[in-house]
Amino acid sequence: MTARSEHRPTDSATAPALRVSDLRKSYGRVLAVDRVSFEVAAGEILGLLGPNGAGKTTIINTVLAVLTPDFGSIRIGNADVSRQRSLALARTNFAAVYASLPGNLTVTQNLSFFGLIYSVRSLRRRIEELLGQFQLEGLRDTKCGVLSSGELTRVALAKALLNRPRLLLLDEPTASLDPAAARDTRGVIRALARDSDCGVLWTSHNMYEVEEVCDRVLFLSHGRILLAGDPRSLPREHGARNLEELFIQLAREPLAHPAEQLA
Amino acid sequence: MRIAPVAAILLRQWYLLRGSPVRALPMFAWVGIDVVLWGFISRFLNSVSAAGINFTTVFLGAVLLWDLCGRVMQGLTTAFLEDVWSRNFLNLFASPLTISEYVTGLVLASIATSLIGLTVMLALAVPVFGLSLLALGAHLLLFLLVLYGFGVALGILASAMVLRFGPASEWLVWPIPALLSPFCAVFYPLTILPAWMRGIARLLPPSYVFEGMRAVLDGRPFAPLPVLCALALAALEIALAGWYFVRVYRRAVRTGLLARYSAETVS
Repeated sequence: MTARSEHRPTDSATAPALRVSDLRKSYGRVLAVDRVSFEVAAGEILGLLGPNGAGKTTIINTVLAVLTPDFGSIRIGNADVSRQRSLALARTNFAAVYASLPGNLTVTQNLSFFGLIYSVRSLRRRIEELLGQFQLEGLRDTKCGVLSSGELTRVALAKALLNRPRLLLLDEPTASLDPAAARDTRGVIRALARDSDCGVLWTSHNMYEVEEVCDRVLFLSHGRILLAGDPRSLPREHGARNLEELFIQLAREPLAHPAEQLA
Repeated sequence: MRIAPVAAILLRQWYLLRGSPVRALPMFAWVGIDVVLWGFISRFLNSVSAAGINFTTVFLGAVLLWDLCGRVMQGLTTAFLEDVWSRNFLNLFASPLTISEYVTGLVLASIATSLIGLTVMLALAVPVFGLSLLALGAHLLLFLLVLYGFGVALGILASAMVLRFGPASEWLVWPIPALLSPFCAVFYPLTILPAWMRGIARLLPPSYVFEGMRAVLDGRPFAPLPVLCALALAALEIALAGWYFVRVYRRAVRTGLLARYSAETVS
């Protein structure tokens, strides 16, 4: 386990990579996210944890502007997502298991396509760097539709780093990777956060991974933040043996405010 | 509007065409079949009619121009459907790409593919059946502009319908040109139609094109005003279709449909 005490707090002169304020979203009568506020500092890796249906993906979708919140604001750097969508998303990227790249394009074609979408400078050189970084050189002309899930994850991560994002959203990025590839990926993301001040919002159900990678975690349940803190000290502070046990305790705990449905 | 994201949409279409000849086939096959079928029908009518009408230009020319309009619509819709089929909405719309850049890319892609279709049509119809679209003179350019404009408007509308009603609504979209063709008076003068159909025809820019085309071929004086009105109408319909697309997109973002589009829900 690697302690990550090198995380730098946000400079008062620098805007956080992500600032979510008072976010609320409902689907019909079901409240998915209820007045959630948090920040991801530049260079910080924040773990967003919670059981299925807790509201993690809803938060990620609102940050990515593919879902409009009912209330609240989201700022990426200094850009307001609702008012300066393109500017905010130009410095953001993401990888998620449910957003695979078009299977009818090759690895290089996908990276070229998304590189142009993100207006990446010196695109060919950037693609070569990423192909090398994620050991994809041998697959450059292979269509993504025939790649294994692990290879697809590596391509998705390469796409997510194309534009050298200031904010990276990763929804279970290592779920399909073997232990060695998962460790390498964690190393890449940690180095990215450390060296380029990229803020990372990371969701995972692998608590050992979260302890290793994240500077801070938020526990989400029924659309609310139940707990926040250092993943290495939180279990002890709440009488749990480890993060996984704390996760299970919180996931099973009835809500203090049971009215998760709109009146 | 930035050039690189628009170029990305075009580049993707190029990759798909290059990687799969099956995608290129419809650009040639259906157009070729139409030209051959209507070419022989026109040739037969020329041989049995004493009316003195050149059916090759009237029928084959009309088919060719109407086909072009449909190809523009289908080219745009197909480019949009590529993102539906490959479940690519999240990757696209969670990026800095704007709706205007996306739609412009789709329009340019459809213009490029329909130009290939037009070339094939002319390569077959001119030498084999003696079609002379040059008989339409400089008006041809105006006619093509109107048909391209209307094809673009239909394509944007069709894409918005698929976004609004889900992937299964694809089958609603393909018959649109066939549904409109009786009103567009492709093969007959507008005066043949009953009054209520003429009322609808006035809202469809191609009806002005085919009326103008017949006037030119009959040797009657060409009135530019109706075709210029048709051009303005086509521009208005593009704007309306664009407005509808944006409205549907915003609704999809508000309801969460865009983020979970692959699930066939329209709620």
